[in-house]
Amino acid sequence: MLQQLRIAVVMLLSFTVLTGVVYPLAVSGVAWVMMQDQALGSLVRRDGKVVGSALVGQAFTSERYFHPRPSATIGTDAFDPSKTVDAPYNAAASTGSNLGPITKKLIERVQGSVDELRKEGIAGPVPVDAVTTSSSGLDPDISPQNALMQIPRVAKARGVTEDRLRRLVNGEVEGRALGVLGEPRVNVLRLNLALDSLGAQ
Amino acid sequence: MTLNGWLQIAIMLALVVLTARPLGSFLATVMDGRRCFLTPALMPVEGRIYALAGVDQTREQTWLQYVAALLAFNAAGFVLLYAILRLQGFLPLNPQGFGALSEHLAFNTAVSFVTNTNWQSYGGETTLSYFSQMVGLTVQNFVSAATGMAIIVPLARAFSRANASTVGNFWVDLTRVTLYVLVPLSIVMAFALIALGVPQNLSNYIDATTLEGAKQTIAQGPVASQLAIKQLGTNGGGFFNVNSAHPYENPNIWTNTLEAWGILALALALAVAFGRMIGREREGWALLGVMMLFMIVGCAIAYWAEAAGNPFMHAMGVDGGNMEGKEVRFGIPQSAVWATFTTGASNGSVNSMHDSYMPLGGLVPLLLIQIGEVVPGGVGSGLYGIVVFAIIAMFVAGLMVGRTPEYLGKKLEAKEVKMAMLAILIMPAFILGFSAVSAVLPAALAGLNNPGPRGYSEILYAFSSAAGNNGSAFAGLTANAPWYDTTLGITMLACRFGIIVPVMAIIGSLAAKPRLAPSSGTFPTDGALFVALLAGVIVIVSGLEFFPALALGPIAEHFQMLAGKTF
Repeated sequence: MLQQLRIAVVMLLSFTVLTGVVYPLAVSGVAWVMMQDQALGSLVRRDGKVVGSALVGQAFTSERYFHPRPSATIGTDAFDPSKTVDAPYNAAASTGSNLGPITKKLIERVQGSVDELRKEGIAGPVPVDAVTTSSSGLDPDISPQNALMQIPRVAKARGVTEDRLRRLVNGEVEGRALGVLGEPRVNVLRLNLALDSLGAQ
Repeated sequence: MTLNGWLQIAIMLALVVLTARPLGSFLATVMDGRRCFLTPALMPVEGRIYALAGVDQTREQTWLQYVAALLAFNAAGFVLLYAILRLQGFLPLNPQGFGALSEHLAFNTAVSFVTNTNWQSYGGETTLSYFSQMVGLTVQNFVSAATGMAIIVPLARAFSRANASTVGNFWVDLTRVTLYVLVPLSIVMAFALIALGVPQNLSNYIDATTLEGAKQTIAQGPVASQLAIKQLGTNGGGFFNVNSAHPYENPNIWTNTLEAWGILALALALAVAFGRMIGREREGWALLGVMMLFMIVGCAIAYWAEAAGNPFMHAMGVDGGNMEGKEVRFGIPQSAVWATFTTGASNGSVNSMHDSYMPLGGLVPLLLIQIGEVVPGGVGSGLYGIVVFAIIAMFVAGLMVGRTPEYLGKKLEAKEVKMAMLAILIMPAFILGFSAVSAVLPAALAGLNNPGPRGYSEILYAFSSAAGNNGSAFAGLTANAPWYDTTLGITMLACRFGIIVPVMAIIGSLAAKPRLAPSSGTFPTDGALFVALLAGVIVIVSGLEFFPALALGPIAEHFQMLAGKTF
C-alpha cells in the first residue's frame, strides 16, 4: 500500500509538470510567436490607445452611439467596498442575470426596458435581444433588427441621414457561417468605430 | 422554430457521430496497448514516467489493487490541489494578487476537479490566479478524465477475458490515455481555438478606455490551453465565471462548433472503442445508439421550448424566442444543442445560462443529469455507467423470460446485480436527501436567486449536478457558502467513488467467470430491441426516482406560467 502511495505521488507530480507546466507554457509560447493578436485578447486600438477588445462587449449609453444589449454584470461600489452596484459590461467579472422566466424581477426589468424604447418613439415589435441580458453580460453583438431599430435615434443625435446609417449597419452585418451556423449579428464596438470615422470623413 | 434551427441541430448531431468511429478505433489501439503513429515519439516519455515512479508495466493488478491505486492517486490529487488553492497568495503567476480560497471553497473546488465534476463555486477571473488555473485545475482536468477513461480498459477485459484473476494495471492505463489521447488532442484543439480568437497569455488584466471614455478592465489568461481539455475531458470548469458563454472562452460560431463537438467526441468514441476491445464492434454501436437517442430527443425539446419564448415578454410586444441568458452569436438552436450535449455528457460547461431557460427547456438539462450521466455521460464514467444500466436491463429481460441473464457472454448473477443497483441508487439518495434538507434549511434558502418553483429547481439542479459529476448549474444559486460548498463536495465524492468501487467489483467478478458461447436462447444485445429495452430501463428507473421531485420544480413552473402566474 505504501508503495502504491509513493507511485501515486510520483505519477501526480510527473503529470503536474507535463500537463500543468510544459503544456500550457509551450502553447502560450507558440501562440505568442505565431498568433500574437489573438493570444493577447484581440485588442482594438485607436490612435495607439487600447479602446477595447474586438471580442468583448462594452457599455454605450450616449444617444450618439448604438447601444449593446442590457448587461447583468456588477462591480464593487466605489463608496462602500462591501457593497456591489450594477456595472454593465464589467469585463473583469462576467455574469448573467440567472433570473427565471416567471420571476417578477425579470418581467419588471424587461417591462422597464420596453417602456424606455417606447419613450424613444419605437413602435412595433421589439427584438428580444434588445431587452434581455446575455449569459456573459459581455455580449459583443446585437441582432441586425436591434441595430436597425436604433437608427432614428443615432441619426438625430449625429445629424446624419437615416439612409446613410442603414447602409453602414447593413455593411457591418455578419451572416451565418457557411450560410447555416450561428445567427446574423452586428458587433457593436465595430459598428460604433465605423460610426465615429463616418463623422470624421 | 425555423428550418435553419433544425438544420443546425442536425449538423451538430451528425458531426459528433461522424468522428466516433475513427476516434474510437484510435482509442482502442491505445487502450489495448498496441502501437500507434504516436508511439515512436511518446514511448520514451512513457517509459521515463514508469521508471521514475517505479511502475512495472508488465505486472497486472486484481480489481481490488486496481481500485486501491486509483483511489490513492485521486487522494494525492485532492491534497495537492487543496494545498495550491489554500496557498494561492504565496504562489507565482498571480498578476491580480488574489489571496487564498476559504477552507470550504478550496475543499469544494478541489473535490470538484478531482471528481471530474468541475462545479464552479468560484468565479474564475475574480478568484483564481494563473498558477491555480494551470498547475492546479488544468492538471486535474487531464487526470480526472484519464481516471474515468482508464476504467474502460478493465471493463472491456471483464468481458473479453475468461477465468481471469487480474484486470490490468491502473498506472499503465492512466498514463497511456493521458499521453497518447488527451495531451495530443488538447494541443491540436488549443491551437485551433487560439487561431479562432481565444486568448492565451500570462499578462495582467488590460485596462481599455472605451469610446465613451470609461475605463474597462478586461480579464486575460492562459484560456485556450485549459479550454481544450475542459471540453475534451468532460470536465467543464470554466476559465471565466460564465464559462463558454464568455466571448473570450467562445468567441464565435466556429469555436462554438469545435467546443460543442469536444463535449461528446470522446464519450461517444469510447463506446465504439469498447465494442472493438471486446471484439464485437456492433455492441458498442448499440450503446452509442441509446446515447444518441436521448441526445436527439433532448435537443428537440430544448429547442422547441426556448424558441417558443416567454409569453410574458410577448405580451409586452417583444418579438422572438427566449434570449435571456443567451448570446446573440449562438442564438437559440446552438444554445439548446449545447445545453443538451453538456448535460448528456457530464461536461457541465455552458454557453448560455440554464437558470434563465423556459420551464421545460430547463427540464431537459436537469433530467439528462438525473438519468445518471450515461447518455453518453463523462469520458469513461458514462460508458461504465451505461453498462451498469445494461446489466439491469438484461436482468429485467431475464426475469421476464425466466432465464439466467447474461450480457456479452458473461452470466449475470446476484453479485453483479446487487452491485449495479448500489451504483444506481447512490445518486438519487444524495440528490433527493440533500435537496430535501436544503429546501427547509434557512442557511440554504438564503442562497436562492429566484423565488417559487425556480428557486427549488436551483437546489435540485445543484445536487443533481454534483451527484452526476456534471458541474453545470442553475447558476443563480449562491453556492459559495459553507452549507453548499460542503454538502455539494460530499455529494461529488460519494457519487464519483461510490460508483467506481461497485463498478470495479462487477469488473472483478465478471473477469473471473468463464465465457459463454452464444446459444439460440441468448438475448441479442446489438440490435434495435436491445436499444429500446435499455433506453426504456433508463427512463423508467430515473422516472421512478425523480418524477415527484421534478413535478414540484420545472413541471409546476410550466403550468404556473400557462396560468399567467409570476413569483
